[in-house]
Amino acid sequence: MTASKEQFLNNPLGQGTNLEEVLDAFEFLDDWEERYAYIIDLGKQLPAFPDDQRTEQNYVHGCQSQVWLIHHYDDSSGKLFLMIDSDAMIVRGLAAIILVALNAKSPRDLLATDIDELFERLDLFRHISPTRGNGLRAMVGKIRDIAAAEAAA
Amino acid sequence: MTDLSVANKTSTPVFDVTAIRRDFPILAQQVNGKPLVYLDNGASAQKPQAVMDAMDRYYREMHSNVHRGAHTLGDRATAAFEGARETVRQFVNAASTREVIWTRGTTEAINLVANGLAPRLKAGDEILVSHMEHHANIVPWQMVAERTGAKVVPIQVTPEGELDLESFDQLLGERTRVLALTHVSNVLGTVNPIASLIQKAKAQSVVTLIDGAQAVPHFQPDVQALDCDFYVFSSHKLFGPTGIGVLYGRAELLEEIPPYQGGGEMIERVSFERTTWNVLPYKFEAGTPAIAEAVGLGAAIEYLNRLDRNAMEAAENALLQRANALIETVPGMEIIGTARNKVPVMSFKIAGLHPSDIGTLLDQQGVAIRTGHHCAMPLMDFYGVPGTARASFAFYNTLEEVETLFTGLQKIQRLFA
Repeated sequence: MTASKEQFLNNPLGQGTNLEEVLDAFEFLDDWEERYAYIIDLGKQLPAFPDDQRTEQNYVHGCQSQVWLIHHYDDSSGKLFLMIDSDAMIVRGLAAIILVALNAKSPRDLLATDIDELFERLDLFRHISPTRGNGLRAMVGKIRDIAAAEAAA
Repeated sequence: MTDLSVANKTSTPVFDVTAIRRDFPILAQQVNGKPLVYLDNGASAQKPQAVMDAMDRYYREMHSNVHRGAHTLGDRATAAFEGARETVRQFVNAASTREVIWTRGTTEAINLVANGLAPRLKAGDEILVSHMEHHANIVPWQMVAERTGAKVVPIQVTPEGELDLESFDQLLGERTRVLALTHVSNVLGTVNPIASLIQKAKAQSVVTLIDGAQAVPHFQPDVQALDCDFYVFSSHKLFGPTGIGVLYGRAELLEEIPPYQGGGEMIERVSFERTTWNVLPYKFEAGTPAIAEAVGLGAAIEYLNRLDRNAMEAAENALLQRANALIETVPGMEIIGTARNKVPVMSFKIAGLHPSDIGTLLDQQGVAIRTGHHCAMPLMDFYGVPGTARASFAFYNTLEEVETLFTGLQKIQRLFA
């Protein structure tokens, strides 16, 4: 089964769950255990990813774990909807944060979002190894490529 | 010979790990607010002060190009550089320094040999490797196989992570030209019974190469006793600097195989009509070598020579025993690689946890391990895992650090519960 339009449109990340909420929550977490417990919980909010979409085409290269990304451009709202999957829990959580920031936006709004600033505010990179940081950047890079293509279409 | 070496002191029978740790300045630091517990020695080991001092002193007092200058610094640099070669010769017990070639590391050494043997290979020939090889001992052979029509054939591994000796006996045949085998598995820690395998290969005139990268940090090889044709290893895993490694090769074979790279140093005479090669070992050392790194590696080996080898091996074994005893304190933890003869390397998985999650959350607790496929994808496929978490110990690790690892794993499990 491929992902239905509803699955994309019902993804709570970036819609029900918004960025301020995540940023507020992060501020109150002061040790690594709480911070990662929260990231892992966020990962549990990723909607189920269609099995048959774990393909080479949807694979995000440059991550330590396996990561897949699919998208749907909704003509009626002019918004880009994203779904991400990974076999690692922390990566799922980080993907959820990325989606909170970038999902369900118009391609233009998405491209205008300063994701680096967000990561800085979350103080994420200080706690994430460069190899993992590269994985995050790979995810964001692929999303921005998709948005750029849709914006140009 | 320079006086970079320090005369062998009589070693103390007791292995004083606290004193040893003072020799490795990098270990005394905090990471993420916790004392560093460095258990990624299989990827790269830390350096004793003696190595840094030797390299520093080399640059301060004797740097110049080697084998060239008609001046004092050139002589000093050459003496230090060739002194290091002699130290390596003794370390592996090679018959002559002509048989000790500097390379950039294990990978380059294997590429050199694979390319050198290519002219001997033809369609239908077989290169025997094993299922537990590092990619560095698979891919260069595959590249040569593609060029020559030869075939790379893997020896099977048992579920415990030992070489399947029946598989070896079956596969070693008339078509086998090369046996390229790891001494110690980087993933499993298995010490392979290479002496008997080399003997069997020799009996059929098969050329043998042993990848010693994961062996030399734990014990000393004797290339003459092993009777292998080639033995290769990297400096950085042996507590020396990065960027340099060693190819030991039997002189007879090294004489036969063509140079790997052309350039300065490796030639005897160059003209546009005909260029002739320099003698061993220089024939394989084109360009200005990594002189300071060679000196650093020499210093690393001299440092190891001052330790009590038996006490060191016993201490490492105690680390592995402690780790093995603690496995049951982490429910769902499974060890990959339970060979009878192992160096202190522990690959593992924990039910429900991805290796990269384990690595990230251990790092938060100051514990450095490696996660992933360890450049051994065929072995990962064999065990049906995308990767493992691997703790690899060195003689400077303590029993308390082993305990910190397991406390950390227990914490991670609670986090995911």
